[in-house]
Amino acid sequence: MSAADFDLSENYFQLFGLTPSFEVDAARLESAFRALQGQVHPDKSAHLSDADQRLAMQRSTLVNEAYQTLKHPIRRARYLLSQHGVDTQEETNTVMPVDFLIEQMEWREAVADAARSRDAAALEELDARMKTDTRELERQLAVKIDAARDYVAAADMVRKLRFMEKLAEEIDSAYDEIDR
Amino acid sequence: MALLQISEPGLSTAPHQHRLAVGIDLGTTNSLVATVRNGISIVLGDEHGRAMLPSVVHYSSDGSIEVGESAQALLGDDPVNTIVSVKRFMGRGLADVGDTGRLPYRFVERVPSSEQSASGHGMVQLRTAAGIKSPVEVSAEILRVLRLRAEASLGGELVGAVITVPAYFDDAQRQATKDAAKLAGLNVLRLLNEPTAAAIAYGLDNASEGVYAVYDLGGGTFDISILRLSRGVFEVLSANGDSALGGDDFDQRIHCWLLEKNNLSALAPHDTRLLLTLARTAKEQLTEHSQTRITALLSSGELIDNVLTQDEFQSLSQNLIQRTLQPLRRALRDAKLTVADVKGVVMVGGATRMPQVQLAVGDFFGQTPLTNLDPDKVVALGAAIQANLLAGNQGGDDWLLLDVIPLSLGLETMGGLAEKIIPRNSTIPTARAQEFTTYKDGQTAMSLHVVQGERELVSDCRSLAKFELRGIPAMVAGSARIRVTFQVDADGLLNVAAREMGSGIEAAIVVKPSYGLSDADITRMLQESSQHAQDDMQARAQREQETEAHQLLEVVQHAVEQDGQLLDQAQRAHIESKMVLLREALQSKNQPLIKRSIAALNEATVSFAQARMDKSVTQALSGKNISDLEIKS
Repeated sequence: MSAADFDLSENYFQLFGLTPSFEVDAARLESAFRALQGQVHPDKSAHLSDADQRLAMQRSTLVNEAYQTLKHPIRRARYLLSQHGVDTQEETNTVMPVDFLIEQMEWREAVADAARSRDAAALEELDARMKTDTRELERQLAVKIDAARDYVAAADMVRKLRFMEKLAEEIDSAYDEIDR
Repeated sequence: MALLQISEPGLSTAPHQHRLAVGIDLGTTNSLVATVRNGISIVLGDEHGRAMLPSVVHYSSDGSIEVGESAQALLGDDPVNTIVSVKRFMGRGLADVGDTGRLPYRFVERVPSSEQSASGHGMVQLRTAAGIKSPVEVSAEILRVLRLRAEASLGGELVGAVITVPAYFDDAQRQATKDAAKLAGLNVLRLLNEPTAAAIAYGLDNASEGVYAVYDLGGGTFDISILRLSRGVFEVLSANGDSALGGDDFDQRIHCWLLEKNNLSALAPHDTRLLLTLARTAKEQLTEHSQTRITALLSSGELIDNVLTQDEFQSLSQNLIQRTLQPLRRALRDAKLTVADVKGVVMVGGATRMPQVQLAVGDFFGQTPLTNLDPDKVVALGAAIQANLLAGNQGGDDWLLLDVIPLSLGLETMGGLAEKIIPRNSTIPTARAQEFTTYKDGQTAMSLHVVQGERELVSDCRSLAKFELRGIPAMVAGSARIRVTFQVDADGLLNVAAREMGSGIEAAIVVKPSYGLSDADITRMLQESSQHAQDDMQARAQREQETEAHQLLEVVQHAVEQDGQLLDQAQRAHIESKMVLLREALQSKNQPLIKRSIAALNEATVSFAQARMDKSVTQALSGKNISDLEIKS
């Protein structure tokens, strides 16, 4: 049995004793995660047989995967939408509002400029703006999923957030470039 | 059988006894072994009371091997056969070693065996008077001495050991370390990251809470780990570093400075070694003094006499220190934290004694680094504490350690690009699956190249292994669905499995480790080390196996009595028949049969064990408010 097809529970929210929703109580999620890992982590069975250790690794892997999924907003949204039968189509659906795309291009140019001129202050400002915008998108996403239950509109927002995530990665590598 | 102990923590399945376990810091310059005795972690000394074993191994033409101080004494006379800082070669190829001319060794590029990568890579090897030695074998000599020291000191055989590795070690380096431990006759309970080990020793000692940075500059490696300590949980948020940067490089800077000052170029191996030793002494002197004098007589008759000041040394080593700050910034960014979030900075590794290092780190974090635990010993002490826990000696009073993988794992895709499958700083154990398909009709094989690193191009990443999947059923192009699963275990080691999803056929995997040793290599090395009491090891393995069989029987028996209702009649009969077979095998003393019977019983109880685990998880979570479930600190 491989870790991938191993199923400890019906869904990740249940595993941690949470109600499925986009808004999650981070502290509660974390303490439930720690309680579960406290039982299943391989360190708890390091002195036992190979079979037990293998099993512990599979359990612990699944708990880690569940936790990471619920902890990160995009992954959490993707997971929730898939539970409602909605695919976020991040690879296939490239139709985005024109103004959003133009804004994204401007962001990227600004990041590239900051990296080129080794302007850490400009990069930090972009970083802060990107984070504010991301939080705002996440707030809107929470409304779409939890209140409006409009999963198709929510999928559009996940795709937008995916752009922001890629932008964050670019800002990160720009920091690295300036460091070098 | 584990589950039984997890489900019923109060019930003991075997009479409680203290299991002998140690923590080993296998360092670039020095190695140490520590254990927990009467609840306190202590470093074990040799017969002269010396705690640190120099990581030096000398090979003679008569086959005799010296390790530690006695090997170090031969360094000046026989530099070619006296291996120091072997850790820098673990899991490394010749190209990684860099300027081989600066080192007095005869390097051999590994000849690819039939199981080895056809690309001709392989771990670098050293030609000594006693033959060609792999870094794994050299490290095993050091580990063996520490094992014997521990067994003599503790008066018994070890159940196992926790071996520490730099957090930034890649898969090949980790695997090489584990292989060395196996070769030294050690049961590896866990490979533990050095900064994490230090954090355990520090955190438990000081009952710390909050975010801590561990700055670990050893003899040959640099690590930075950001951890959050709270209520008995040690959670590594991010790790970064440079596995080829350490105190040795500061020696090299002084060495180069000497060459430059005296207009010297190519030196004889003796002279290179002499100057490197003097460079190290000078470095240590400058920790306490503002200047130091270096004098030497070279084999050419030339006299060296220079004075090095602390200021000059500081400017010589400035860019080495700068090289540690970049990983630091990156680690903080990965943890999504800033300097202001860091409550304390723990200094680890002998090289952090250098005043310029402490100053730079203090400057960076805006606070004085913590140096109240001996930076040479703190890793071994923490490893021993973890070993004691893993061996099952800790009882209920335990803690949880959540570590991460330091470098992303990926696969080569079209165009020589690396596609990340598991990103760096993922909490381990972790797994990720990816599906691939065939691009030709009737294609029955597929090759995959596993790489580790953050760069876009495969050529800039570390090649870990090449896999060939064979036995894919012949189908139309694009219709086979090959699911490849990457699993990283709690040691940070990667395993890859593949399966054709349509037919369910498990594809055969042929592993060609790029730098590691194949199983055949390990077997050969084990056979070659006949001087190390092979018979003894075999007898020990037999005893261990019989003990394991007895324990397994006892535990399964208990489980069936306790939770038999979870089994249907057929399942129960199946398990009982395997128990009978194992008892018969034990009677017959037939070791291979015992081994197979243990495996069969383990196999037969897997689903039962899972059912019991689910029951225990349900029990643990039911009837309680989840937020009340907290780890006891």
